[in-house]
Parts: sequence; structure tokens; C-alpha cells
Amino acid sequence: MTTVDATALASLLVLADGRFPAGGHAHSGGAEAAVAAGRIRDAADLEEFCRGRLHTAGLTAAALAAAAAAGADPLLLDEAADARTPSPALRATARRLGRQLMRAARAAWPSPALDALAAARPRGAHQPVVLGVTARAAGLGAGAAAYAAGYEAIGGPATAVVRLLGLDPFEATGVLARLAPELDAVASRAAVAGERVVEEGADVLPAASAPLLDVMAEVHGGWAVRLFAS
Amino acid sequence: MHLDHSTTPYPHRHTHSATPALRPNGKRRALRIGLGGPVGTGKTATVAALCRALRDDLSIAVVTNDIYTREDAEFLLRNAVLPPERITAVETGACPHTAIRDDISANLEAIEDLEETIEDPLDLILVESGGDNLTATFSKGLVDAQIFVIDVAGGDDIPRKGGPGITGADLLVVNKTDLAPYVGVDLDGMARDAKAQRGDLPVAFTSLAAEGGVAPVRDWVRERLAAWRRT
Ligand SMILES: Nc1nc2c(ncn2[C@@H]2O[C@H](COP(=O)(O)OP(=O)(O)OP(=O)(O)O)[C@@H](O)[C@H]2O)c(=O)[nH]1
Ligand SMILES: [Mg+2]
Repeated sequence: MTTVDATALASLLVLADGRFPAGGHAHSGGAEAAVAAGRIRDAADLEEFCRGRLHTAGLTAAALAAAAAAGADPLLLDEAADARTPSPALRATARRLGRQLMRAARAAWPSPALDALAAARPRGAHQPVVLGVTARAAGLGAGAAAYAAGYEAIGGPATAVVRLLGLDPFEATGVLARLAPELDAVASRAAVAGERVVEEGADVLPAASAPLLDVMAEVHGGWAVRLFAS
Repeated sequence: MHLDHSTTPYPHRHTHSATPALRPNGKRRALRIGLGGPVGTGKTATVAALCRALRDDLSIAVVTNDIYTREDAEFLLRNAVLPPERITAVETGACPHTAIRDDISANLEAIEDLEETIEDPLDLILVESGGDNLTATFSKGLVDAQIFVIDVAGGDDIPRKGGPGITGADLLVVNKTDLAPYVGVDLDGMARDAKAQRGDLPVAFTSLAAEGGVAPVRDWVRERLAAWRRT
């Protein structure tokens, strides 16, 4: 089992902090569409939503981030991310968030690898790929990158639902705490896959997807009035 | 920090506003001015009037930060104050103050795109925040100067209440003076309170309902631009 190097974790706290200024606050991770459709009404629904997202889009993102942190070619991973993101709206969102993360990352952990990726993808690479390259620049390994991506997959919707429903913030945090053991498992699996990519190529990456998230993202993208960009 | 600290010291900042002053292509970037303030005080009306007053002499673009619609951008488009490619709406996730202060990445991206896509070099970019509360101010990493817009209809005690926008904005605009008689507001009292809160920082009283009502704000913007070009 891959573990996170416990001697170099401070950077992970900085990177995974919800206040890290990388644009995520304007996105709900599909929660706004799910709330509107009546699929999320309370903390129990939020937990199911986050669980589903963690094991699908979250796992895929975490493995991409882990691979980038392990040193795999980010442009190859960017293509792999495209292939794993069928929804054009979600591709656009992933690239936009990647571009925004890049700005914060280069200020926080300046590195030639980040500069090179920014130059190769000026409109933004997929966010999990940028996240992995950032983690590497911060001295973090595949496991830490996988944790950051996996946590983001559930932390974003939880914060959004607090705003959308006025959900009790303690309940929302309780949801995240209850999902922690599952995040441990997902991050571990993603880290193993990510590390294999360096030798075996991007095909070993998981391609778990959530079709309803994809479909709803397309619908949400067409709304005229919404609180969140995605 | 220890005296014998061996790592690189903090790089010194030579300005206290949005940096750097040059774009990647080496050209001077546009001056960025933020407009914030409570809901409905006349921020969009001020932006529209500024564009009309300055667009013949200056190359201008606008970024709006609406709360959950594209109303501000659409108002500006509908009124054709600028060509559509010069107006960009940023989505704020229900929190304009986050997008203009705590996490400015989407706004910086919008500005970067405008600077790249507009043919003639931009002189001025106006960034409007969606209506928010009295504590909402712009990050110095996003704008070079900020205007805080309040109105007389919100009551004449707003300047006295203070808050970072009232006390610290580079220009305080008290708009809708035409409504003062109808809402029983004492403009002299507002001016005294504003002076007490702001010291020497300027205050402009405007009525955008009147022809040329934006003149004091326009003149202030011109001064800022002249100062920016001298730096
Ligand atoms: N009487 C009067 N009405 C004004 C004046 N300036 C603006 N208004 C009106 O006030 C209303 C709100 O103006 P906006 O410019 O949309 O205000 P805003 O601050 O952009 O509003 P939000 O973006 O929603 O916070 C509009 O109906 C304007 O026409 C003024 O000087 N006098
Ligand atoms: Mg407005």
C-alpha cells in the first residue's frame, strides 16, 4: 500500500486548504444541479452524492494527480484526462480550473515544470494534472497529490451545499469526516495507479465516471441564472 | 526570521497595487479600477457612464462579477456602452467578495484574456463587484485603485458606520443625490461623516440621473490614469 510521506506534509495542508486561491470557490462540483433536481435535500443526500463523486470522478482525478506527481508526462496525462471527461462542459471547467490553479501554484511553488506546462497549455491543462505537477513542485509525492484531488472532489460540493441549502455547516463537515476512511482507500488506490503510469503508460489509469454528473453538467452549463459556474 | 536565516529573503514589492505593471510582452498593462459597494447603489450605472464619457479617448474594457446572473454584463451589452468583446462576466459562486478579494484567480484570468484579445492596447479596465456588504473590498493584487459606491437612498448614516470600503477606498462615491429631498437625507451631514472617516481621501457626490452627472468620477479616473502613466 502506498502511504504519504509523513515528514513532508505541511505543503499538503497549504495545497488542500479550501482557502488556497485557485478559483474553486465558484464551482459546486455538480451539487447545484443536483440540488435543483431535488437529489440533494439534506446531509444524508449530500453524503451519498459525495460518496458517488469520490469513487468515480474523484478516483479518476486523484489518479491523474498522482501520476503527475510521480513524474509522468503531464501532456500525456492531459490527453488521458480529456479521454476520461466526455462532457464538453466539464472539460472546459477542468481546463479553466487548471489555468487558475496554475497561477496560484507558480506563485506558491515556482518551478520549471509548472512553467513548462503553463507554456504548453496557456488556456489551461486539466486541473488534476496541474494539481499533480504542483504537488511535485511542492515536494509532495503521488500519495499526497491523490489525497488533495480526492478531498477536493468532496470538499467542493459540501461547501457549495452549505451555501445552496443553508445546510448546517457542522453537518456538512460531519459528512466529510465520515467519508474520510473511504478517501483514504481511494487515495491509496489512485496513488498506486499513478505511480504505475510512469513505467506502464496512461492506460493503467482508472476511468471511473458518473454519467449523471456528466449529463447534469451539460444541462447546468446552459442555465441563465445560477450561483455556481459548474 | 532569524538573523542567520540562510534562505532567500522575501522579494521586495515596489508597489502596493496589482503587480506587475508590465505584460508578458513588455508593454505597460492597463490601469485597473474596481467598483464595489452595496446592492443597487449605481455601480453599473457608474461603469456605463464612465464608458460613455471616456470611450472616445481611451481603450476600455469591463469585467463584471454578478452574484447569480449576468445582469450587469447584459445591461452594459444592451446599452451598447462598449463593443461586446470588451465586456466579460465572471461567475462568483454566490460570493462576489471572495472573487474580488480572497481568490481573485477568475478575475485575473478574465483581465488576462481581455488584454490578449483586444486589438488596440487597453488603457483602462473597470472591474465591477456584484452588490455586497460594507466590508467588501478589492484585493490589491487585482486592482490598482478602488471606488466604493453608496447612495443616499441607503440612509445618511452609512458614512458614519464606516467599514473598510467607506474608510479605505481610493474614492468614495455618494450617488443618487437627486433623491435626497425625497428620502430626507442630509447631504452636508454625509459629507462631514465621510470626512471624519476618510481624512484626506476624496469623496464625490453624484447624480447619474442628470446629464453629465458622472463628471467628478470621470475626472478622478483621468487623474489616476495620468498618475499611472507617470509611474
Ligand atoms: N434616481 C437615481 N437613480 C439612479 C442613479 N444611479 C443609478 N440609479 C438607478 O439605480 C438602480 C440601480 O443601479 P445599478 O447601476 O444597477 O446599481 P448597482 O450598484 O450596479 O447594482 P448591483 O450590481 O445589483 O449591486 C437602477 O435602476 C439605476 O437606474 C442616480 O443617480 N439617481
Ligand atoms: Mg451592478
